[in-house]
Amino acid sequence: MSAHEHISAAIRAANTRGEPALVAYLTAGFPRREHFREHLRRVASSADVVEIGVPFSDPMADGVTIQRSSREALAQGVSLGWILSELEMLAPRPEAPLLLMSYLNPLLAFGAERLADSAERAGVAGFIVPDLPFDEGEALQPALSSRGLALVQMVTPVTQPQRLEQICAASQGFVYAVTMTGTTGKNVAVPREVTGYLDSVRALSPVPICAGFGIRSREQLVRLRGHVDGVVVGSALVEVLERGEDPAKWLQALREG
Amino acid sequence: MTLSSITEPTDALADLLAGRLPDARGRFGPFGGRYVPETLIPALERLEEGVREHLRSPSFQQELAAQLTSWVGRPTALTFAGRLSERWGARVWLKREDLAHTGAHKINNAIGQALLARRLGAQRIVAETGAGQHGVASAAACARLGLPCTVYMGSIDMRRQAPNVDRMRLLGATVVAVSAGDATLRAAIDEALRDWVSDPFGTYYLLGSAVGPHPYPYLVRELQAVIGREARAQFLEQTGALPEAVIACVGGGSNSIGMFHAFLPEREVEIIGVEAGGRGEALGDNAATVSYGRPGVLHGTYSLLLQDADGQVQETHSVSAGLDYSGVGPEHAFLAHVGRVRYESAGDAQALEAVRALCEAEGILPALESAHAIAGAKRWAASHPGGSVIVCLSGRGDKDMPTLQQTLLKDEK
Repeated sequence: MSAHEHISAAIRAANTRGEPALVAYLTAGFPRREHFREHLRRVASSADVVEIGVPFSDPMADGVTIQRSSREALAQGVSLGWILSELEMLAPRPEAPLLLMSYLNPLLAFGAERLADSAERAGVAGFIVPDLPFDEGEALQPALSSRGLALVQMVTPVTQPQRLEQICAASQGFVYAVTMTGTTGKNVAVPREVTGYLDSVRALSPVPICAGFGIRSREQLVRLRGHVDGVVVGSALVEVLERGEDPAKWLQALREG
Repeated sequence: MTLSSITEPTDALADLLAGRLPDARGRFGPFGGRYVPETLIPALERLEEGVREHLRSPSFQQELAAQLTSWVGRPTALTFAGRLSERWGARVWLKREDLAHTGAHKINNAIGQALLARRLGAQRIVAETGAGQHGVASAAACARLGLPCTVYMGSIDMRRQAPNVDRMRLLGATVVAVSAGDATLRAAIDEALRDWVSDPFGTYYLLGSAVGPHPYPYLVRELQAVIGREARAQFLEQTGALPEAVIACVGGGSNSIGMFHAFLPEREVEIIGVEAGGRGEALGDNAATVSYGRPGVLHGTYSLLLQDADGQVQETHSVSAGLDYSGVGPEHAFLAHVGRVRYESAGDAQALEAVRALCEAEGILPALESAHAIAGAKRWAASHPGGSVIVCLSGRGDKDMPTLQQTLLKDEK
């Protein structure tokens, strides 16, 4: 099974338990860089897929929480190279597939081929790049594809039908369905238009779909059940880590109510 | 996506001159493109369609020309700087964008995009500003057209440029302080983009420089190209020839791209962009992106960028807030790559010296941004005795009085 199939499989496996899979995000090295591997292990023990945020100086798609966590991680010297070497040292490797979420520029600076090699060595299954729309994907796609690594694509409620179809066909691992226009982290209700939009994405997509942006409560999760294969929890989990609480317990509560 | 994807610089320049760039994907050779969150793609596609439909249409051009003439005050003068020429030993002309309404070239773009926004049915305008000049121009243009306007401005810049904050408010704009990130222009652009992401259809993002995702670099260049068109015609009329050189300052690069465009086909005209050399060559000490930057992606475009080895965008320094930006427009990166424009830098001290020179010799107080171009012209004059040069005087310097009081005037008290 290639890395990107591993991601899809992990999400589908969670679904067989009748619940959306949990895709959990943490900013690497936040709040403390020396706790990164321990936090990652705790998060991975309760999540089905883990997204590791690579901090960037200009996180334009993110809300205040992830802006803050990124800035603090950078101030502690967290870099893509450091993250990859930490992951390489991770033993045993968590069962949940690991994705890196990064803006494009740190990846370009690292170099696409070198990135794909190092990611494979570090056990990374794929990438989410919020400022790399699928039609600009040539910057990374070839290097990642040749090693079976996923490049997860995003769709939004304002994506036009023809483009939606192309994106779903191109996405690997899962399709990241942004539930609202706007940045990450705001709490949103899940109105009927949103479930309708998610249903239509799910019908089109050959890979699982996960909803993200603004997911922070059990209530939202219940509302999304049956419309998605998974949910992405980002800012809310970063805040849990910031408060010094146990991320595994929090994720468990989100899952079980 | 590497520099080697341009095979032959001369062919690439021919493509630009023939109007084939940016290409269908918004690229100038390898530079440009559209690196934005998926949420913004439909809005950018709609903007691109709007640009295609309206920008060159006779009715839009007529509407724009009427505003430029009766409200902005175009054409602006081309002034022969007689006493400065005598001192420097070369003939110097100034393209007087400082005489445009609100005191800088920014208004050419602001009124043009505001007219476009109205045609696209926008309910509100958002803009970013660094020094405050684009914010003031946007606020004025929106007031003129009756559109609500929100301007994002870094909290550090708000303190540095307090008079411009009050001007924007007086002109009816809502000014929002951005304390995230570096609390200057870069953070203001990030925040304006975040606002736009929340309402990509009702809101129009009025970007102030020739940067950002396609079609902005093209749109801003087209709206600023009036500077070079006028200057070329005025110079021909006054002298019967073309200048030997054309010089403008480059931050994001909107006044310069506007100035340069009409002269690009004239191979005998030397074209020079002057960046902010700040206080030195080290990363963080200047804003000279073409001179010291490496290719990368910031604010939706692939261009040159001041960044560290990990691809983190670096903070910049310049005495001039308007040049204090870590990126540069993709068309400038292209023009540097094909060798049609030479980019050099002038430091803080040289810019300040140029402010004094222009005040004393010609009775004109230039903006600190424009003073970098004046400093570049002085250097050019020294190596081209008797030569002729047009300098784009992109704005007036009244806004810089607080900085000048702390620098040039400090020793005199």
